Amino acid sequence: MSERQIQLEVLRYNPETDSAPRFQTYEVPCLNEWVVLDALNYVKDHLDPTVSYRWSCHMAVCGSCGMMVNGEPKLACKAFIHEYGDQIRVEPLANFPIERDLVTVVDDFIGKLASVKPYLIPKEDKPVSAGEYKQSPAELKTFKQYTLCINCMLCYAACPQYGLVPDFIGPAAISLAHRYNQDSRDGGREQRQEVIASHDGVWECSFVGACSEVCPKHVDPASALQQVKVASTIDWYKEHLMPWMKK
Amino acid sequence: MSRKPYIREMSKTNWFFSQPRYMRYMAREVTCIFILAYTILLIFALKNLADGPEAYAGFLQALNSPLGILFNLAALVGAVYHSTSWFNVTPQAMPIQRGEEFLPGNVIVGAHYGGWALISLIVLFLGV
Repeated sequence: MSERQIQLEVLRYNPETDSAPRFQTYEVPCLNEWVVLDALNYVKDHLDPTVSYRWSCHMAVCGSCGMMVNGEPKLACKAFIHEYGDQIRVEPLANFPIERDLVTVVDDFIGKLASVKPYLIPKEDKPVSAGEYKQSPAELKTFKQYTLCINCMLCYAACPQYGLVPDFIGPAAISLAHRYNQDSRDGGREQRQEVIASHDGVWECSFVGACSEVCPKHVDPASALQQVKVASTIDWYKEHLMPWMKK
Repeated sequence: MSRKPYIREMSKTNWFFSQPRYMRYMAREVTCIFILAYTILLIFALKNLADGPEAYAGFLQALNSPLGILFNLAALVGAVYHSTSWFNVTPQAMPIQRGEEFLPGNVIVGAHYGGWALISLIVLFLGV
């Protein structure tokens, strides 16, 4: 295993003492097989225990260690050292306020996620004795890719619309709404449409497509949002051109 | 311990210079201006046609000027970039599911190019 010395530039911000963030550079002896998260853990364990960042699973499942690596939204556990030069710059996820060092304030996303009701709302309640809500493999396939979202928020960091219009519900939340809307067992679309087809919903999306390019789980949020636009447009035409169709 | 979150302001005017992918997006959006300009040119052509043969001949002559040719070339490049960049993202907006599989994206994109070629051919034959 080959060893390499890298310079890890970390954006530091201590809300108790700093008025603005600043970069601090650490010399880190890395193994070439390491990911950026390993380098950060080395700093925390051996060089500077005060560095704050979130992480948990180290295997691109928990979605905690999202950060900007050389200006690109990445999971630190999936950003391999060998893909970078000897200088690596890490910053907190863009478009989110900085709580401390690499830790961001994510309350905005959590609130938006809850607002789209990202859970099954059955069409009709059945007693347990009536058995399962059945679904064919083809019906599962329709939405399966959108179930892979790990709420890592890289898509929000990549989305310039979210940066410019912070009220935008955003890629991950709308993709998850779409995931449940597409689910054959679900009957909650009308409730979700109130949020995702609103002014701050899908119409703030201008299809930059950056969300899909940075998504570490290949969810392709941009595709979900465009499909929501198509479906919402059809709704509008039905409502205005065929009012007799309205329930 | 007190909370004092730090907010990094995003530039409202030049954010798209920060990433090549934002530049590509802006290129796609900005090239629609050529489509608009060419549409206005076509409306202008109709007006000259309605004004009589002399006015229309004058209009055609103006198009033959270096400036007219330059505008047409620029509009062609702009329109081609705008159209192809939209064609290439159509599989995301309009996925087609057949049973348990999705139709490959390049089939959907290819159908758009095919439609484009077909309409261009029809226009070409109408003009001959």
